[in-house]
Amino acid sequence: MVKVDGKGNGTSLVQVRELDKKYQRGSEEIHVLQGLNLDVGSGEFVAFMGPSGSGKTTLLNLLGGLDLPTSGSIKVAGDEITRMSANKLTAWRARHVGFIFQMYNLIPVLTAFQNVELPLLLTKLSKADRKKHVETALAMVGLADRMNHYPRQLSGGQEQRVAIARAIVADATFLLADEPTGDLDRRSAGEIMELLDRLVHEHGKTLLMVTHDPRAAERAHVVLHLDKGVLVEGGAGGGGEA
Amino acid sequence: MKFFRLIWVNLLRKKIRTTLTIGSFMVALFLYGLLVAIRAAFGGGADVAGVDRLNVINKTSLIMPLPFSYGERLAGMPGITGVTFATWFGGVYQDEKNFFPQFAVEQDTWLKVYSEFVVPEAERKAFLADRQGCLVGRKLAKRFGFKVGDRIPLRGTIWTGTWEFNVRGIYEGNRPEVDTTPLLFRYDYLEERRNFGKGTVGWYVVKLASPDDAVKVTKAIDDAFANSPYETLTQTEKAFAASFAKQMGNIEFLVLVIGSVVFFTLLLVAGNTMAIAVRERTPELAVLKTVGFTDLGVLGLVMAETLIIAGQGGVIGLLLAKFFTLGGDPTGGFLGNFYLGWGSLGLGLVLAVAVGIVSGILPAVSAMRLRVVDALRRV
Repeated sequence: MVKVDGKGNGTSLVQVRELDKKYQRGSEEIHVLQGLNLDVGSGEFVAFMGPSGSGKTTLLNLLGGLDLPTSGSIKVAGDEITRMSANKLTAWRARHVGFIFQMYNLIPVLTAFQNVELPLLLTKLSKADRKKHVETALAMVGLADRMNHYPRQLSGGQEQRVAIARAIVADATFLLADEPTGDLDRRSAGEIMELLDRLVHEHGKTLLMVTHDPRAAERAHVVLHLDKGVLVEGGAGGGGEA
Repeated sequence: MKFFRLIWVNLLRKKIRTTLTIGSFMVALFLYGLLVAIRAAFGGGADVAGVDRLNVINKTSLIMPLPFSYGERLAGMPGITGVTFATWFGGVYQDEKNFFPQFAVEQDTWLKVYSEFVVPEAERKAFLADRQGCLVGRKLAKRFGFKVGDRIPLRGTIWTGTWEFNVRGIYEGNRPEVDTTPLLFRYDYLEERRNFGKGTVGWYVVKLASPDDAVKVTKAIDDAFANSPYETLTQTEKAFAASFAKQMGNIEFLVLVIGSVVFFTLLLVAGNTMAIAVRERTPELAVLKTVGFTDLGVLGLVMAETLIIAGQGGVIGLLLAKFFTLGGDPTGGFLGNFYLGWGSLGLGLVLAVAVGIVSGILPAVSAMRLRVVDALRRV
């Protein structure tokens, strides 16, 4: 169930109400998001599209607790994240959100294994348990045989798969992907979308993705368009029902 | 411990830069070690001076003498348990460049007051039994190969002529920092042979019953000899050693200035390096925060890197300085007590860590304050 009219039934995994975000650029005030409402149920795959500067990444950052709104509320799995302290928000993010970036953002001096292990360093898991989790995550993305490779030894598609493994290793409540195929060739992009699709359909992950690529958006259950700070339903993608 | 690998790989990512930064700490701390050793050498033992001893000199100047008769009066004063005296001899051994200090000392009392000089009992007795006997310190003996039984001729510069001494003993210090470069010979030999200054001494040294009495006894001594032809200036041994050193120039100030410049430069170098390292890694730090590292956690990672660099460079530099000073006076006699103590090494390490903290704090705070959304935009 994905709604943008603010009339969700309150059981949604993600519940956004009257979300406003303004930036000050010099003397100019930029109203990026205006009274935005959104309800996303568990296991949904939502794609956000829209022109550059329409606020897609800003929305993703707000949903992931990386930024704070000017007003409005964001509830994820019952937690109101806009009123959390910085430290609490960091802990919440570690527990609930898996981020996938366009530029992969792997640490170049760490191997694939070590990059994926990063979020687990903050948990109380033993070294053996961390190893088990990392190996499972890398196996899920098809890189079990590349775990000791450094990012420079991997292709772009492989790097993005390591980044996806890092996002899922701590079993996040939902995944946020910002242009995950934006820096990849067509074939690699297809593979990454295939992988994200599997995470949603086979592993029940909830995925919110920003993309410019209509082919990537096609795989989503719902495509939402952001225009002038307002969300507009763009219909169902090819990935399932809206 | 699980974060150590993360810190370590970051240190190794720019090996040349890390090595050079560690090198700058190393050089600075090595220089610190040498400066401390030079200061100790010029200080003439100010750092190892006894807190229970006072030196009594002529109020006019250290080079003006005091009469023999003061010895008995000093011995009778309350709070004083021992009195001895000495005079600077200033002889030349073979050549001017072979400089080492020589003192005529009151043979019966000197070793009792200066308990840090350790002489084997048989050698002490031999010294007391031979009017021309002398004691040489271990470093001096090593420098010129002196052995017990050797005869040392010195050309007098204050009291002219050739003075010959029999080496009756070799003394050690009870601590490594005790100066063992002087030659000590008997006062009665000086008194017998010198043609002027008879009946006088260079300075007295009094041993206190308690170091707490130092102020009271100092005042009592100077009051007792006030308005006499030989007014006294009594001071702690540390102050005496320092004033002795000041005759060479204000070494303390020079050392302080050079040391300050070195550490300030190090601060700039290390601070700049850490600032560059943090700036280069801005997106990575943002990723760490994104996956759940707290602001303080990121600050801790950056500070840990700085402290490892400072600690490594500091320890290596200090150890090199220590090894260098173990070789003894590098000038062949000018810096007799060229010594770097463990206390100074500890202080050096504290300084290195302090410089590490100060140089790392600004980059670390900027990493801590980094806003993830801003940092990710810079990718």
